[in-house]
Parts: sequence; C-alpha cells; structure tokens
Amino acid sequence: MIDALFNWFDERLGISGSGRKMLNKIFPDHWSFLIGEIALYSFIVLLGTGVFLTLYFVPSSKDIVYEGPYAPLRGQIVSEAFASTLKLSFAVRGGLLMRQMHHWAANIFVGSIVVHMLRIFFTGAFRKPRELNWIVGSTLLILAIFNGFLGYSLPDDLVSGTGIRISFSIVESIPLIGSYAAFFLFGGNFPGNAIIPRFFILHVLILPAVIVGLLSAHLGMLVRQKHTQFPGPGNTPRNVVGAPLWPTFVAKTTGFMCLTVAVTGLLSAFFQINPVWLYGPYVPYKVSYAVQPDWYMGWLDGALRIMPSWEIVGFGHMIPNVFFPAILLPGITFGVLQAWPFIEARITHDHAEHQILDRPRDRPKRTAFGAAVFSFYFVLFGASSTDVLANYLSISLNVVLTSFRYLAVGVPVVVFAVTYRICKEMQRVPTAGKRKRANVVLRSAEGGYSTVPAEQRPGDAVPRVEPLPLDEDIQFLPALAGAPRAGNGSPEEQAPEPPAEQSDGGRRGGVFTIPRVYR
Amino acid sequence: MPDESDATGGLSPRDDPDHRVRIPVTSLRADAPQFQIAAKNPRRAEIVASSGFLLAAAGFAGFGAAYWQNWSNFWLALTFSVGFAGLGYGMVVWGRYLMPRGPFSESRHRLAPTAVEREVFVQDFAIRGKVAVERRGFLLKTLGIASGIFGVVLSFPLLRSLGPLPKKTLTQTAWRRGSYLVDITGRKISTSDLEVGGFITVFPETDIGGAYSQTMLIRVDPPPASGYLTPPPQFAKQRATWAPQGYIAFSKVCTHAGCPVGLYEELTKQMLCPCHQSLFDVTDAAIPIFGPAPRPLPQLPLYIDDEGFFRAQDGYDEPVGPGYWERGND
Repeated sequence: MIDALFNWFDERLGISGSGRKMLNKIFPDHWSFLIGEIALYSFIVLLGTGVFLTLYFVPSSKDIVYEGPYAPLRGQIVSEAFASTLKLSFAVRGGLLMRQMHHWAANIFVGSIVVHMLRIFFTGAFRKPRELNWIVGSTLLILAIFNGFLGYSLPDDLVSGTGIRISFSIVESIPLIGSYAAFFLFGGNFPGNAIIPRFFILHVLILPAVIVGLLSAHLGMLVRQKHTQFPGPGNTPRNVVGAPLWPTFVAKTTGFMCLTVAVTGLLSAFFQINPVWLYGPYVPYKVSYAVQPDWYMGWLDGALRIMPSWEIVGFGHMIPNVFFPAILLPGITFGVLQAWPFIEARITHDHAEHQILDRPRDRPKRTAFGAAVFSFYFVLFGASSTDVLANYLSISLNVVLTSFRYLAVGVPVVVFAVTYRICKEMQRVPTAGKRKRANVVLRSAEGGYSTVPAEQRPGDAVPRVEPLPLDEDIQFLPALAGAPRAGNGSPEEQAPEPPAEQSDGGRRGGVFTIPRVYR
Repeated sequence: MPDESDATGGLSPRDDPDHRVRIPVTSLRADAPQFQIAAKNPRRAEIVASSGFLLAAAGFAGFGAAYWQNWSNFWLALTFSVGFAGLGYGMVVWGRYLMPRGPFSESRHRLAPTAVEREVFVQDFAIRGKVAVERRGFLLKTLGIASGIFGVVLSFPLLRSLGPLPKKTLTQTAWRRGSYLVDITGRKISTSDLEVGGFITVFPETDIGGAYSQTMLIRVDPPPASGYLTPPPQFAKQRATWAPQGYIAFSKVCTHAGCPVGLYEELTKQMLCPCHQSLFDVTDAAIPIFGPAPRPLPQLPLYIDDEGFFRAQDGYDEPVGPGYWERGND
C-alpha cells in the first residue's frame, strides 16, 4: 500500500534520486549546532500559538467599556484590542496558555538567533562560501526584533503604548523625511486610530511571510552548501561527518522540537509574562514606573537613556537627540553586522573557501573584537534598567546613569584586552579543555616517591571509529544497469551487499536494492 | 516505465554505449561498527524511551482533562509540557541509543562552476539577450515609460494615502488664548483645587485627554511674595506673569522621546520622565538638569480669571514634545 502510494508520487515527481541524497544529508554532532534549531522550533511555536491568538484578538483601537470577567477593570473605557487581550487571558479556554507561550517563544526565538549568530561569528562559519547565508540570517534577526516589538505593542496596554509613543518619536527624528514617515505610518499624528490595525497586519502577515521566505532560503542554502564542521580526526574540508538525516537526525531533532515546546510550556506554567491587566489600558497622559521593553529592545532603550542630551540645530533644521541612539546606532549595528564577512575578508585578505570552523582561541583578534562589541550591547542592555537598579541598590539615579556612560566606553576595552589574553594563553596549552589523565603518587616504605598514571576513566578509552562514507559514487556500465534484478554486484561496487530482500529494481532499471541494515 | 518513456525520446543512456550512469550507492555493511547501535543494553534503552512516550500519553490525557474541566492555566501548561517533554525525551533516547551510532560522512563537492560551465552560461545569456533586446531601444523606452508611470502612481496608494501631511499639527496644540484648564473629567480647575506642592494633569476643554495638549499644573511651595513666580533671568521679560500665585504649568510631553513626564517631586521641585529618566527643574523654567532630554519643557502662560479659574494667556510659544527635522531654532 505504502509502496504503491510512493510509486505513484515517484513516477510523477521523481523523488527517489534527490530524495535519497536528502536522506544521506549529514548533520554534524556538536551541541552548538542545536542553537539554530531552537530558533527554528520556537518559530514553529510562534506560528502555532499565533494562529490561535488571531482567532480571538480584535485589532482595533476603538474605545469600548470593559465588561469582562476581570473585576478591577470592569466599567473602564479600554480599546477593543485591550479588551480582546483580556478576553483571551480570562475567558477563552487555554487562551492564557497560548498568549504566554507566544510571548515566551518570541523571547526564545530572538535569544536563540542571537546565540546562534554568536556561534557562527566566533567560529568563522560566515566566511566564504557562506556570506550570503550570514546576510540572510542577520536579516532574520532584524525582522525577529521588529516583529517582536510589533507583537507586544498590539495589546494596547499602558507599557506597550508608551513604547509606541517612543517609536513615533524615533521615526519622527529621521532627518528630512521623519515627520512625514511618522505621519504616514501612524495615519496622522500620534496616537490616531490606525496604528493597531497596521501593526497587526505587519505582525501577523507581512513580516511572518518575509521571515518564512528568508528562513526557507536560509535552510535551502544550508542544504546546498552543506554544514561546516569543527576540526577533528576524520573531518576534512572535503567531507561532512555526523549523523544522517534519516533516521538518526530526524529522531533526535523531532525530539528536540518537542523539548523546545515543552520548555516554552513550562515557562508559561511557572512564570507569568506580560500581565497586561496589571498595567491597564494605554492612556496617552498616563505612564508607569519601570517602563521597559522586552529584553531584545533593551539595548536600544539603554542607549536612549545614556545618550548625552545633545541635539543638532542649524539652518532652520534639527537632528533630534533620539536620532543618534535609536536610528544611527541600530543603523550602524545592523550595517556592520550584515557587512561583517566582507569587512573581515578585507582585513585578513582571506578570500579562500572555508569548510572547517575556527576554534575561537585560534582567532584571538576576531574573538576579542566580537566579545568587546557584545559587551558594549550588554552594557547598553544593563542601562535600560537604570531606574530599577538605582531603586534596588538605593543609590542615586545620577550615579547609576553616569557610571553606565563610563561603562559603555570602558567595558569593551577591558573585555577586548582580557579576551585577547585568554585566547593567547589557551593557544599555548594544547590540551586546554580536554580531560587530563591523573597521576597517582606512591610513597614507598623507604620514603621514596614514584608516579604512575591513574586508570583510564570510563569514556576516555573509547576507540575512535572512522566515519563511514554514505554516498560513494560508483560507476557502472549501462549494460549492467539493465539487469532485471539488483544487487548481484557490479565490478566497482566497494562493499559486499547484504542479501537483498525486496527490490524496487525493476522500476528504476534494476540497479540496486538498498540493504536493510537498520534492523 | 520511466525507461520506456526515456527510450521514446531517444535519449536513454542505454542507447549510448559510452554513457556511464552515476548512482550514488551506500557502501553499507551491516556489521560495520558504525551501524551498531550506541546502547550497550538495547532492552533498557527501549524501556526508557517507551516510558517517555507513556509519560507523554499521560501528559496529553491530563491536558485533555484540564481543558475539559477548565482547570487553571498552570495545569493546562503543566500537562501540555509534560506531554511534549515525554515525547521529546523518548525521541531523543531513541535517536541517540537505538539507531546506528555512526559517525557517517558525506563528501562535499565544489559549488563554484568550472570555467567552461560559466562561459557557456554567460554566452547563452548574452547571445539570447542580444537577439531579444539589442536594437529594440524603442521597445525598452516605452516599457520604461509604462512601468515608470505605474511606479509613480503606485506610490500614492502605497505611501501618500497612508496619512495626512503634518502641517501645523506638530507645531500647535489645542491650547488657545483664554482656554480653561480642565481635568480629565472636563471640570474647570480653580485656585481651590490644589494643595501647596500638589500637581494635576490638565487639558484645554477642546482636547480632553489629548496626547499633545496634556499639561502639568503645579502649585509650587512656598508661594511667591510678589504674586508671581520669578522666572530665570533669560526669560525674565516674557515670562514675568506666566506663573501667578505660585501656580506654574509645563507641557507634559517629554522633549526627549515624547513620554508623559508624569512624576513630580515636591521636595526638589523636579519633574521626572519615567521612560528615560530626564529631570526638569520646575523652578528654573523646566530646564533639563539630568538625563537625555535636550530642551526645557515648554511653559504654558497662565492667568487666574475673576471667578478664580485657571486660563491660558495664550497657547505654547514653541512646539511641544520631541524634535524633528523641520523644527529649527524656533
């Protein structure tokens, strides 16, 4: 039955040839390769939970009187968007779970993209021939951040509404076109009624469509160019060593997807996220203490806070203060990010193809630079909670803010120097990171000392197994290909085949049956 | 039969005696160490994996029960997660211990084309292009005109119609000469409404709750002996009568990023924006003394009418809120 069905498709689409190649696609076994998978699977969670949310969410800023089950807000005037978010949280069965999972998955999505990108950066995986995929990947990061911002703006609560207000000011600050861009985006002056529906369609349709497209390109290029791999015995630039797609990787990665879903669910069980009913509906003249965006916008918020109060005025025009931290800084950040493969190639004059990854310690300058840049954004992220820190540590806000201004300049310098030093030290110790064989010191009856190596610990003495090539091309004459039954051995065949059990041979020219070895 | 249809096309590789078919074949040997499963005790691994799946079954059943009985979010999420955790655990154990342990490898082929391949492609592209496009300059021009017009026309629905032009809305608020100061309920504010050191958000009657006309009315302690709060020297001339009897009003829209400057500290007489912590000194024309805000908050000129109600002498004399390109030195 399955055979017949498969034949039906195969005769029409010709799956067997390329399909078998796909089955043999090798995935290297290294934990750091799993981070990108977390991003992929949290995106799937986002799609699933997001579709559920759209069934109930009303993208409208029309004011209505709240009459729902949440008593403290009953009778208040709220927008339909806010009211439907409350309905999702309190009245729709499983709605709060879907909302919380959606929000948690968004945080995990952006976070795993960032960590994945750091892995790619520090191991040099972006080098030729993978520059394009680096650009696609960093574009995905930008889109993920944008879509996250749009998403948490939709409930129209007091915190996110303040964020929308700030975003209006940021768009407005762009030289030349700013005020027009802001008015076109918001359908008029702030706040207007257009922004919630517009953000909604961007959030649920346009950006997800672009993300799905780029994600497909990202994975397509990965398959076409094959994985990079770390240096190791048996790993060469001419091969990829690891587990094949079918069945090992499929089993592991499906399991990993389920675990990602489970972690997202557990976070939603134990940790409340974005309780908009506590913030209340957005009202333009109200604001609350400790207004912070989601973490991935934190570096922008921090930059807005520690930016000195400068503003350029002249010739009847103004470049406002927020332009520098909120437009120029992200512009430079993402610009340099996207151009990085080319910047590095220009500096190192290395235009060769690279399939083997660097160990970060072997590229001390790149590693130190990356760590320094990352620490800069980390300081900015910390600066987004100046008020909370000042309150928590009971020191003056001025001290906290001023220190962050110094830290933003000082920390990267220190991090660069320290990282560079650590890399150099690690290079000198070839066994760094490997488990050492212990020595046992014995004292004899006469008082003399002798040293013997300790026993092997379990796991240390596992004999290395050579990788087995899955796709050796063999050539054979067409005459042999015509043979009605398979498996009786062409001269070039390299390994003796186990007895064939069943054959699809007649259909495909009767060349080979695939031995069933996974018994 | 694919072979037959190939043959009818006359292109079957079999008809060509020199043609070699390349079919990748796995050099598999069932007894190779790579094909041994990783588990030392497969039976145990099987039990472990299947108990994961059984846990998943229990979890999903619990999820069903939780949904049916409408239990709290906690139980919904917990049962749901236990289900997926069991499923994931079982799958990973299966893949890790009960499948060939490897390692396997595949070979990597050069993706960059050979010089010949590239040459052929470029030739084909150029030759066909020459035939099709060259000497068709007139066609190209008319095509360009048509698409250009469409592009320009398209920019109206896609861009221009999205919103009105800013015009005066950025430079003017709803405050006018003689506007009453009212609170969010529309009640006129009079001198008896504020304690010393108190503050309230006020609006003009025509724009209650307005995002740009929101204004903070503060009663500064102690009240001035002269009847008016003294402005700092640079404003001494025009702002001498703007703050009668110790009442002073500033725009509540932060000059940094537009948040409501919602906190007033009576002791230091400072207004604080909770978004990015800009501090404004109320006694010194709301000049920013700390944080990223680049400009003072605009001050609303006040007077108290005969009935004791607060009114605006005039609108703001400068745009409120954050900066933008068209805004020069006022």
